[in-house]
Amino acid sequence: MNIIVCIKQTPDTEKVKFNPETRTLLREGVENIMNPFDMQALETALILKDKHGAKVTCISMGLPQATDVLKEALAMGADEAALISDRALAGSDTLATSTALAAAIKKIGDYDLILCGKQAVDGDTAQVGPEIAEHLGLPQITGTLKLEYIDDRFVAQRETDNYSETLACAAPLLVTVNNAEKEPRFASIKGKMKARKAKIPTWTIADLGLDPEMVGLSGSPTKVRKSFTPTPPEINSEIIAEEDADVAVDMLMEKLLKAEIFTR
Amino acid sequence: MAMKVDREKCIGCESCTMVCPVGAITMEDGKALIDAEKCISCGACVGECPVEAIAPEDVAPKADGTANECKDIWVIAELDKREALPVVYELIGAANGLAQKAGEKCCAVIIGKDIAKLPAKLIASGADKVYVVDNEKYADYHTELYTDAVCQLVEAYKPSALMLPATIDGRDLAPRIAARLHTGLCADCTAIDMTDDKLVAWTRPALGGNIYATIVCDETRPQMGTVRPKVFKPLEMDASRTGEVIEFVPQDRVENKVEILSKAPNMGSNAIKLEDAIVIAAGGRGMGSKENFDKLTELAGLFEKGAVAGSRAVIDAGWMSHSQQVGQSGKTVTPNIYFACGISGAVQHISGMKESDIIVAINKDASAPIFSVAHYGIVGDVNVILPKLIEKIKAYKEQ
Repeated sequence: MNIIVCIKQTPDTEKVKFNPETRTLLREGVENIMNPFDMQALETALILKDKHGAKVTCISMGLPQATDVLKEALAMGADEAALISDRALAGSDTLATSTALAAAIKKIGDYDLILCGKQAVDGDTAQVGPEIAEHLGLPQITGTLKLEYIDDRFVAQRETDNYSETLACAAPLLVTVNNAEKEPRFASIKGKMKARKAKIPTWTIADLGLDPEMVGLSGSPTKVRKSFTPTPPEINSEIIAEEDADVAVDMLMEKLLKAEIFTR
Repeated sequence: MAMKVDREKCIGCESCTMVCPVGAITMEDGKALIDAEKCISCGACVGECPVEAIAPEDVAPKADGTANECKDIWVIAELDKREALPVVYELIGAANGLAQKAGEKCCAVIIGKDIAKLPAKLIASGADKVYVVDNEKYADYHTELYTDAVCQLVEAYKPSALMLPATIDGRDLAPRIAARLHTGLCADCTAIDMTDDKLVAWTRPALGGNIYATIVCDETRPQMGTVRPKVFKPLEMDASRTGEVIEFVPQDRVENKVEILSKAPNMGSNAIKLEDAIVIAAGGRGMGSKENFDKLTELAGLFEKGAVAGSRAVIDAGWMSHSQQVGQSGKTVTPNIYFACGISGAVQHISGMKESDIIVAINKDASAPIFSVAHYGIVGDVNVILPKLIEKIKAYKEQ
């Protein structure tokens, strides 16, 4: 089985703080991490590898520093990795990004399963996975909670807004992962040593046979007109910091009743 | 993107098969067939075809003036049991406003089975036109079949913009359509406007709602966006509104490869959908254990239309179903009362509940960000406070 996992390096958005007074983001000290959903995708690939045997290849598109997340993936148990990095890719929206990743997947060629995280925690679009699937003409299953290989088919569990589904599809296909069956594994010492020595190739768009017009800003149909920080709503917070729980609850009840919130 | 053969026009002369440099064209039933996987979109066959039966697949109109030919704002409806989800009516309300500004029409697209009664309701809610694809094979949502049906409609009627709900399935479908039509898509919008130059301006949050970006798609058509539920208000139903209903039968041109083995309703521990709840009792990691969530169930149970929800941490820990997750990667809710219990209030969570009428927070950390959006709150141990609060509310309700 050949599995390709798409991985993005993102800022650790849970650690990004916002200064409400200056209305700016405090990015200082925020490190770059492997997108948590991509780590779930990688773990899903490694579970399949443990059970059925597979070659797991990881690709990432980004700046040269994104090799860090590819090395992390190798340390966890991936077999090979490649970085797509080119100045011409700057400013790519989801369509241009998916074009480049699909071209890289075509270059690798032999695959049964493409795995992506459900979405990246910085952009939160959840678009790149399905767009890659479309470029490659593959069926897709998005937001899986479990992925197994049973009787020559991939069987996935997925939850939509109000349904639980079990879906099946033969290879090749693309799956975006919400959660792996279990917590992502830690890298072993041996894995870390292997990763440290690994030479990760960098592919430019020329290596992928892409025209500069197809990627980057010129290949991106969406354009940001403006960005702004929203005005937070004026909230009159009444917070009770009373140590005696009974007194605190009485105070809260009084406020809630006064606001008539139970009779709305 | 691959080349595509119009089977109606193809005369089976086989001249294209000779010129294809990668051998992607074969003959099937006397017509040329292009293998999309092999095709490198070089265009050699296009020039060779004597009857102009080959063209690039699904090319979106470019900015060379053809964008102006694209008209109307479409809402691609999501159905459940032959009814449109509430968010569809919200989007029709929004699309109706945009269409009026642009002097165009607001249209709805419904795909399903036995849905003949639905267009009247959609028209009463503000749709000027309803495109109906009603067939057995569309009974359940399938990415490939629905993508193809929408794309065939787009090719036939050339809309200016497509809006889809930012639900789980809406976000499965929209990028697939966008990639096939080679157009731009803006995810998870919280505001939409029509610019003076008649472009849809899509506004979406980034980094958990700390920054908003307004995005346009000025060259390709249709302009596309997914829009969160509960952002727009539906128009008042008005049975006197009139509209046109257009039946559409897509050509059979794709094969569905994903099989649904099972599909069952899942609202987690709730009897009603989270988005329909009037009161939500939500818990976070601070609840301490799965068992402690029984208290939230009890609190929610005190109210008619009460439901239990959780933050991402709780869902990831397996304490609750994914259908109960509130926040950036879960649902957006706007109940009358939102109890945030043991939730610290990561930006991702707050973006999903901050529009609730009244937010009541209980958390032991006085500096937790949840207190900055809460109307009322107690700083203390949620597992001590909550039972006492439940007793008080019970006593009040029994009065």
